[in-house]
Amino acid sequence: MEGSSCFHCGDPCGNQAVQYDEKDFCCAGCKTVYQILHDHQLDYYYELEGAAGSSPRAIEGKFDFLDDPDIAGRLLDFQDTSHQVITLNIPHIHCSSCIWILENLHKLNPGVLSSQVDFPRKEARVHFNPEKIGLKHLVQLLAAIGYEPSITLEHYSGRDQKKDRRLIYQLGIAGFAFGNIMFLSFPEYFETGEYWIEQYKGFFRWLMFALSLPVVIYSASGYMKAAYKGLRSRILNIDVPIALGIAVLFIRSTVEIAFDWGSGFFDSLTGLVFFLLLGKYFQQRTYSYLSFERDYRSYFPIAVTRLISGREENVPVYEVETGDRLLIRSQSLIPADAILIRGSAEIDYSFVTGEARPVVKASGEKIYAGGKQLGGPIEVEVLKPVSQSYLTELWSDSAFSKGHRSAFRNLTDRIGKRFTLAVITIAAVAAATWLWIDPSRSLDVLTAVLIIACPCAIALAAPFTLGNLLRIFGRKGFYVKDTDALERMAQADTLIFDKTGTISTAQQNSITYNGIELSEEEAGALKNLLRASGHPLSQALYRELEPFRIVPLDHFEEHLGMGLEGSAMGQSLRVGSRRFVKGGSNSEGEGTEVHVSANDDYKGCFVIRNKYRDGAGPLFERLRERYSLAVLSGDNNAEQEALESLLPPLTPMYFNQSPREKLHFVRELQQEGKQVAMVGDGLNDAGALAQSHVGIAISEDAHLFTPACDAILDHRQFPQLDRFLQVSRKGMQVIRVSFALSLLYNLAGLYFAVTGQLEPVIAAILMPLSSISIVAFTTAASNWVSRKLE
Amino acid sequence: MSVIYMLLAISLLVALVFFAAFVFSVRNGQFDDAYTPSVRMLFEDEVVKDKGEVPSAEPSEQSN
Repeated sequence: MEGSSCFHCGDPCGNQAVQYDEKDFCCAGCKTVYQILHDHQLDYYYELEGAAGSSPRAIEGKFDFLDDPDIAGRLLDFQDTSHQVITLNIPHIHCSSCIWILENLHKLNPGVLSSQVDFPRKEARVHFNPEKIGLKHLVQLLAAIGYEPSITLEHYSGRDQKKDRRLIYQLGIAGFAFGNIMFLSFPEYFETGEYWIEQYKGFFRWLMFALSLPVVIYSASGYMKAAYKGLRSRILNIDVPIALGIAVLFIRSTVEIAFDWGSGFFDSLTGLVFFLLLGKYFQQRTYSYLSFERDYRSYFPIAVTRLISGREENVPVYEVETGDRLLIRSQSLIPADAILIRGSAEIDYSFVTGEARPVVKASGEKIYAGGKQLGGPIEVEVLKPVSQSYLTELWSDSAFSKGHRSAFRNLTDRIGKRFTLAVITIAAVAAATWLWIDPSRSLDVLTAVLIIACPCAIALAAPFTLGNLLRIFGRKGFYVKDTDALERMAQADTLIFDKTGTISTAQQNSITYNGIELSEEEAGALKNLLRASGHPLSQALYRELEPFRIVPLDHFEEHLGMGLEGSAMGQSLRVGSRRFVKGGSNSEGEGTEVHVSANDDYKGCFVIRNKYRDGAGPLFERLRERYSLAVLSGDNNAEQEALESLLPPLTPMYFNQSPREKLHFVRELQQEGKQVAMVGDGLNDAGALAQSHVGIAISEDAHLFTPACDAILDHRQFPQLDRFLQVSRKGMQVIRVSFALSLLYNLAGLYFAVTGQLEPVIAAILMPLSSISIVAFTTAASNWVSRKLE
Repeated sequence: MSVIYMLLAISLLVALVFFAAFVFSVRNGQFDDAYTPSVRMLFEDEVVKDKGEVPSAEPSEQSN
């Protein structure tokens, strides 16, 4: 069955296909999921979307902590004796099949009352009856069908459950009032002088007044507050003229109808607020479901196994104290700095330090938090509580405090300052001139200028241009946090790259073999031996070697930090470091070389090198024209030569950088006046990402862990990074052009205002016209500048 | 001419009903996830199967 792919997950089956029900599966796990779904008549799952599943992973003991009522209580949204609700984050959710199966959980287990999927957030909200199915069993059920929820410390610390719907309400109220007021103001615009209008216009006007009240008080409150805040800190932001315009519109309209001077500008007022809020909504509604604020907590487990006089017990990570003995299982995270007591540790720190190869530790050695144990279970004694560990301490740096970037002022605000000054000057001059011509109309002109100059179109230009770019970028796999981040990206002049996981990829390696060619049987035995090992180098090699059928191993032994030995098909092999296989001392390339001997004859060695992302070379070539580049790596300098050939000549490179050193490097550059964009991927870059002007995280899967950052770049789009940066710069040009456009509208309006001819109907036409044309222009222009993105 | 008052009252009342519906739907979370419902509504209605009966779901026939 060569070439068939798994009916459940779509992975190639190779020649090891498991057959069941006339279908091929890549592994027993996938087959089991199919069986479960088939037995419950949920085959529709496979009809909706072919091969949508994932093979379940071993989770034995992993979710035992959910039996603890305190921990469970913190995860549940609601609990009652017979009804509990939990929102689970399930990274695998990716297609309509996923939605369907997760919303039909009640067919798999009657204890589930109902479930609902929020697809963009990759969340499932499950109502269940704890008397029939406990939380732990619910999670195990999900894991068994390939939808293992991710439960991390982040969920434990309580998340902001409260969804902010204020803007939607504000927008709805403004829209409601705007529509109704338009109807009410029409009669006076068109039927002036008719008898019935004269009789009822008072009633119409006060009705409009009543409708506009909630708009001014509630919907526009954000602009009032922002203007007040700005003035108090002596900043003339764009909100000042907006708030001024709204206030003047409302007061003048109220005065007009109170003294029966005119119909007021209630339609323009509510329309203005409505359009402004629409822009805000457009700008905000982007990737609320992607978390840009993650820290170590979304990487750490909720609970660990503590050993008390030989007894195992699950404790929340935060309750771990100095001196506690912890049991760390294979593939588990070390939650706190500790000393190894028993067992042999082989720890993968790649995520924390960027170092590619795992580190071997012996009893009595210190282990830092954040590493992942690859070998068997170990026992450790905690040295420091979780929050004071080497890794977690990084988050106490000021770079992580909110508002270290508050000094950033966006283009709109910078223009807003000049704009406000200009408007106030014009208003004052016009009012003074009219004082001389006709004093009775001076106040009239003053307010008219403030009304017509309200920079609605200017305030809309940036939200719609940048909001649209955010959306376009998102479709291409570049998720930017907000419009301010996009503006900062356009300003960057220095790019700093991390190496492991950023320029190089963790998923692939380039492997070369030097030595005597292996016979078919030797190669087959090697493949099978590697299959049994959990070591990253074994797995990397296993992925790259030719497929071979699975045979039982006659003997298998893994020597930690050295290699493996075993036999199959009559071939006895030793695989591992030079010293282990060949004797003598280890060579320079330790950690990247895998030596092989068969039946005590040395055969040769595989050299495993980092593979750099496709298109990285040309990307750097294009980037160097505009940016100064640098590489900051937490890894050693083994790859320096390869990097030098990849990067433009004389690119500064720094190796063995700790997370804190990376942060300080960025800070120093900033003190020299550079606008630094950091491109990284792991926790070790978290400090630099937070400190930088704009931090971009490269991710193999945007929904899995990425450190706090301003933008998440899908790894496939890495070669296009320069184009994204270019489009962000062009976006700023679009905004400038639309500023000029909206100034034209303002000048036209000012003509009416200054000459004292501003009728409500003119304002009512000019204002929406300018807003709509700006929205149309910015949308079209931003689509045009980003047309080259692939 | 008091019919104008009545008409206005009725029209505002209708508008307020829709406004109330809007507030209700926001509060209900209908604006929180604008994507999933669009997929959910395309699922086949419950493939009602009595035990043993062969499902006669022919998606190509039922669509459109």
